Amino acid sequence: MARSQESFRLRDFLFFGIATVAVFALCVCVGSVSIPLKDTARAIWNSIWGLPVPEGISNPIILSVRLPRVICVALVGASLSICGGAMQGLLKNPLADGSTLGVSSGASLGAVIAIAFNITIPSFPFAGTMVMAIIFAFISLLLILSLAYRLDYSLSTNTIILIGVIYSMFVSATMSLVITFAYDKLRHITFWTMGSLQGSSYQNALVLLGALIIFGGVILSRARELNAFAIGEDNARHIGVNVKGVKLTILITVSALIGVCVSIGGVIAFVGLVTPHMVRMIVGPNHKRLLPASVFAGAIFLMLADLLARILFNPLELPIGVVTSFIGSFVFVIIFYRSRQVS
Amino acid sequence: MPILEVKNLTVRYGNLTIVDNVSFSLEQGRWLMIIGPNGAGKSTIAKAITQGVDYTGQVLWEGMDIKQMKPTEIAKRIGVLTQSHLMGYSFTVEEVVRLGRYSYAPGIFSPRDDQDIEQVEAALEKTGLAKLRNQSILTLSGGELQRTFLAQIFAQDPLLLLLDEPTNHLDLLYQKQVLGLIRDWIRTTGRTVVSVVHDLSLAKAYGTDALLINKGKLVTVGAIEEVLTRENLHAVYDMDVNDWMCSLLGQWQG
Repeated sequence: MARSQESFRLRDFLFFGIATVAVFALCVCVGSVSIPLKDTARAIWNSIWGLPVPEGISNPIILSVRLPRVICVALVGASLSICGGAMQGLLKNPLADGSTLGVSSGASLGAVIAIAFNITIPSFPFAGTMVMAIIFAFISLLLILSLAYRLDYSLSTNTIILIGVIYSMFVSATMSLVITFAYDKLRHITFWTMGSLQGSSYQNALVLLGALIIFGGVILSRARELNAFAIGEDNARHIGVNVKGVKLTILITVSALIGVCVSIGGVIAFVGLVTPHMVRMIVGPNHKRLLPASVFAGAIFLMLADLLARILFNPLELPIGVVTSFIGSFVFVIIFYRSRQVS
Repeated sequence: MPILEVKNLTVRYGNLTIVDNVSFSLEQGRWLMIIGPNGAGKSTIAKAITQGVDYTGQVLWEGMDIKQMKPTEIAKRIGVLTQSHLMGYSFTVEEVVRLGRYSYAPGIFSPRDDQDIEQVEAALEKTGLAKLRNQSILTLSGGELQRTFLAQIFAQDPLLLLLDEPTNHLDLLYQKQVLGLIRDWIRTTGRTVVSVVHDLSLAKAYGTDALLINKGKLVTVGAIEEVLTRENLHAVYDMDVNDWMCSLLGQWQG
């Protein structure tokens, strides 16, 4: 008569938490210049408490380059992953992720326009891309939802997926058009659209953390409803879930969180698609466990991918999206193969 | 007062009228069979009652308009069991059954109380699923899966159960198993059932009332013996199905 526990237990938190911290430490220490863990820890510890940092430790590398970058990478990974998990549940479709609705391509169009036409904000030279990405994410969400409402008032799953595809196609066409007029910026644009968190700052990290807490919190609070959706939308309605309300809430929060991620790190593919799959194999499909576990696993996955992007062809750095797509496609084939064998 | 009242229900998809001005009411403790040929609008009536389709007219629960009720309030009154459950993820039997309690504690911070646990346990026992509670729903047989969703409804504990052909893909043995569980449930708790069926012998074996519909229009509604007459059936099915129905009646006994 053992009753299974539904929620994320302390044991799970410890397991995933320790793994995340370990990977985090590894990623801060290792790089083009590897710094021993002890020195890294001392540099961070001392600067937190305002103590002088001992001679011989490359303080600037750790504190102003690597640490903010790894923090941003972890937060983006966590955000993309929880969004992917939520969308896969909501649409009852294991191929969905945060970009399914098309908002992330909209955001990247905004960024590409900013890069191509040198749109900057006075006294914040690098904020132009970010602000444009967020504005475009917001406009995209409005466009997509109003279009979806016009076509199909009940916001059915098929409508959402189809409109996402159409919108992404429209955006990619527009993007090609923009690039045609700004050929000299092609390298910069390509690098950006493949995603990179090079040169992330603590301010970026703060924005990401805020977004993850607010929007991630809303998504987590809908774990039971997502379970119902993952079993079936009709079943969800029959047990009393406010189907349309929950759908709208999840679509908006996911889009907002993805918009923030894209504005800071560009489009990083496959994280939101693959990590929830891997996590589901460990903790099962129940969103009360799946979503928190995805937060940790997404952070771990992207931190490792970023580490590879930095050291693989050192000193040349790869866009992080290239690494995640390579790993992701291989992992996906394995997952697919295994699930075929099971069933 | 009737427990459920449908007034001038009309459902249109574009120019097509699927259900045309149908009215009926139902007393507590009855088992109403909605019958008619394929495409008559049977399932659409059921969908309208659970607010799954846009309609004009009214669906009243003890005089209250269901349209004005919150989803959780509707779910406490009406449970639905349908046929197709295409499964995606490997939830356990118990997780699915537990979701039946959703409408009683939909908030994030509303904890499960003892009644929730009791109801879930009772539902698992009643449907014989206690041993399968930790099994993945992807590995269940059709009959076991249908019993899992029936257990979810027992956990949900609605006052009225709406069945939309939930058993017609099952073998006779499993159909009788599921329908028998529902009949016991009505008899012990005085609940009400509305079934959409195409099998006339099943309707006659289990129903107390019947609603005969053809091409979206109500033909007749009332006690089952008065509706399932040779004349009514001949008019709708355009052939003599009465003998055929009666000859199959024996399969539901014993």
